[in-house]
Amino acid sequence: MATNIFNQIGTITAMNLRNMSARLASSIVALVGIAGVVTVLVGVLSIREGFRAVLDESGAPDVAIVLRNGATDELGSGLSLEQTRAIADSTLIARNADGALASAELYVVVDVPMKSTGTAANVPLRGVGPQAPHLRQNFKIVAGRMFRPGTFEVIVGRGASTQFAGLTVGNTLRWGTTDWTVTGIFEDKGSVSESEIWTADSVLQNAYNRGPSYQSLRAKLTSAAAFQPFKDALTSDPRLNVRAFTERQYYQEQSRSLTTLVSTIGAAIAILMGLGAIFAALNTMYSAVSARTREIATLRAMGFGAAPVVTSVLTEGVLLGLAGGAIGALIAYFAFNGVRASTINFASFSQISFAFTVTPALLVQALIYAIALGLIGGLLPSLRAARMPIATGLREL
Amino acid sequence: MLKYLPLLWSNLGRKRMRTTLTLASIIIAFLLFGLLQTMKAALTGGADLAGIDRLMTIHKVSLIQSLPASYLNRVRGVEGVKVATLQNWFGGIYQDDRTQIAAFAVEPELFFDVYPEYSLPPEQKANWIADRGSIIVGNSIAQRFGWKVGQKIALRSNIFTNKNGTTAWDFNIAGIFSATNGDQSSVYFHYNYFNESRTFGTDEIGMIVMRIADPDQAPQIAAKVDALFANSSTETKTSTEKAFVQGFANQLGNIGALITWVASAVFFTMLLVSANTMGQSIRERLNEIGVMKTLGFSSATVTSLVLGEALLVTALGGFIGLALATAMAGVVAQAAQQFFPTLGMPREAWIVGSALIVVLGGLAALLPCMQAFRLKIVDALRKT
Repeated sequence: MATNIFNQIGTITAMNLRNMSARLASSIVALVGIAGVVTVLVGVLSIREGFRAVLDESGAPDVAIVLRNGATDELGSGLSLEQTRAIADSTLIARNADGALASAELYVVVDVPMKSTGTAANVPLRGVGPQAPHLRQNFKIVAGRMFRPGTFEVIVGRGASTQFAGLTVGNTLRWGTTDWTVTGIFEDKGSVSESEIWTADSVLQNAYNRGPSYQSLRAKLTSAAAFQPFKDALTSDPRLNVRAFTERQYYQEQSRSLTTLVSTIGAAIAILMGLGAIFAALNTMYSAVSARTREIATLRAMGFGAAPVVTSVLTEGVLLGLAGGAIGALIAYFAFNGVRASTINFASFSQISFAFTVTPALLVQALIYAIALGLIGGLLPSLRAARMPIATGLREL
Repeated sequence: MLKYLPLLWSNLGRKRMRTTLTLASIIIAFLLFGLLQTMKAALTGGADLAGIDRLMTIHKVSLIQSLPASYLNRVRGVEGVKVATLQNWFGGIYQDDRTQIAAFAVEPELFFDVYPEYSLPPEQKANWIADRGSIIVGNSIAQRFGWKVGQKIALRSNIFTNKNGTTAWDFNIAGIFSATNGDQSSVYFHYNYFNESRTFGTDEIGMIVMRIADPDQAPQIAAKVDALFANSSTETKTSTEKAFVQGFANQLGNIGALITWVASAVFFTMLLVSANTMGQSIRERLNEIGVMKTLGFSSATVTSLVLGEALLVTALGGFIGLALATAMAGVVAQAAQQFFPTLGMPREAWIVGSALIVVLGGLAALLPCMQAFRLKIVDALRKT
């Protein structure tokens, strides 16, 4: 008996799929509907994945960021020279031939026109110490050369260089009363640093009348486990009034509102468009079933059971979903993956550049969603097909 | 034409399920359209609400850098400037680090002269001006945290430190304002109180906001202001509030284009869906159309009936969708107000939406109309 049912399911489903070409127009419509949903869904969510990739790349678990107590970002923070020296003395910080792997940094933003709109955007300008490149694991200069400390020279992250006007090697920019020359472009495997412009700390202190003060201190610890004792030592030191994060915590916190916003918008669009696609699929499947009323009734009269009929209609729905999903995912992949853009991160009040990233997980998620849409679209019509009294069905024109 | 309405209506009722589904997908399409327009307006539309007679002066290098407070008096002396006042970003945090608040130090005596769109009951206004330690808060932020007039609140700053050794300032809520520009989530307090108690940045101001007598003179006045400070160590950049807000919105990137793109994708999909179903329902009735033609209905009448049916469905779905979007825009605004001020669905969405209804209905009916128009009676009747 069991094999009989499977035989029946196989036969009807195969027949069903063979004559799908007879309902080509409406099948294509359902297909396009689902593909459209998947394209938009993957597109929006790839923005979120892009942020996440930038921030994951930026957040090492064994690098600590120290800010003034109460500050939530580098822009609002401030540390004195004495404080940064006291912190850098910690034995929990890793060392190389030049001393502790720590970099006291300044962080300001400068107005640079965006290429896409031509209007000014807040691009971060960071003053760094000599150890800074060692604190970013994959730092490397890909064009030109490093700035020379003591001169008004800057190097520009690859992301910033592609998104903002005039950030090319050899170009001179005027901020305030100072002319700055771009001497190099650097990469750091897509981390936040690539959205930034770097110069020497002392140069930036002078240009901004900051005196010997900093805004943050970055330190590579001996291990990730050293973070907790490092943090406890800082917070219990009466000379300091600071707070410490691991780089990973810090960037997660920074990106939270942005990723939440994008996820929420993505989910809302996906749900609404998904509903639209379900209606399209329902319409297609209902008309498919109603066009075949007599055929289905004939099959039933010949002894095919209700289950095979239901299964065959459902399979058609799922296949529509799968095909639509695959097409949508492919379109999204080729249209969006790797496209670079930049936006303002309100948490740091500065621009962050990222690439739309279509991850395999995202594609799988989209395919599952598409199949679910097809399944729901097929369910109700399949039940109607199965419930139809045979006699009525046979009589139908 | 109106006499055919019952005929159109009963045609819609012929296959209830199909009509309902088509209607539903059109409703969804227009609902999404309305919501996307709301979002676009919230993200980029602030500029339309900006006062045309207001100019803002900021540090030339970047908004985050301060100006000397002495600049204010020099700007007041510029011909054509009616009133000028200062604003200083506070970096407000309430309770949790993540609850960031738009908090500004201002001059209460001049605030309403520069921003007439903010309204406050007269006695609250008087209390705010009289009490140096007081603050006024927007409608919706008051609602969000359950703040009442007379309550004492502590706001922390993620930038400044107080001379009392903490990063917190205490404020008395003197009033709850409402603003016609959609800014219901900001808070404003006395610059003098803040300036005296902060440990650094004393006598510096974030920006100067001024109102000018003649908006047409804006470029000239802006140039005059910037000329005052040219070649000093702190040069300025003066622009209209509209340009300032627009520039700020542009920092989000090309959101407007992205939203338009999404909306077009949605529409293209929905167009296909409804065109297909409408086409299908006409094809099934070719026979009947043949009969109507035999009875003497002209090709034009039959065609316009088909067109009318398509427009009826689209209009019905479209307006329901737009109405739903208007209702839901309130919810969206509530959720998004932490990020941007919103004013609900823009009125243009109705106008553009109506145009889209005609276009969508017309395109969907195009093929069936041609079929109905060309149909030969003999052919139609031969088909069973």
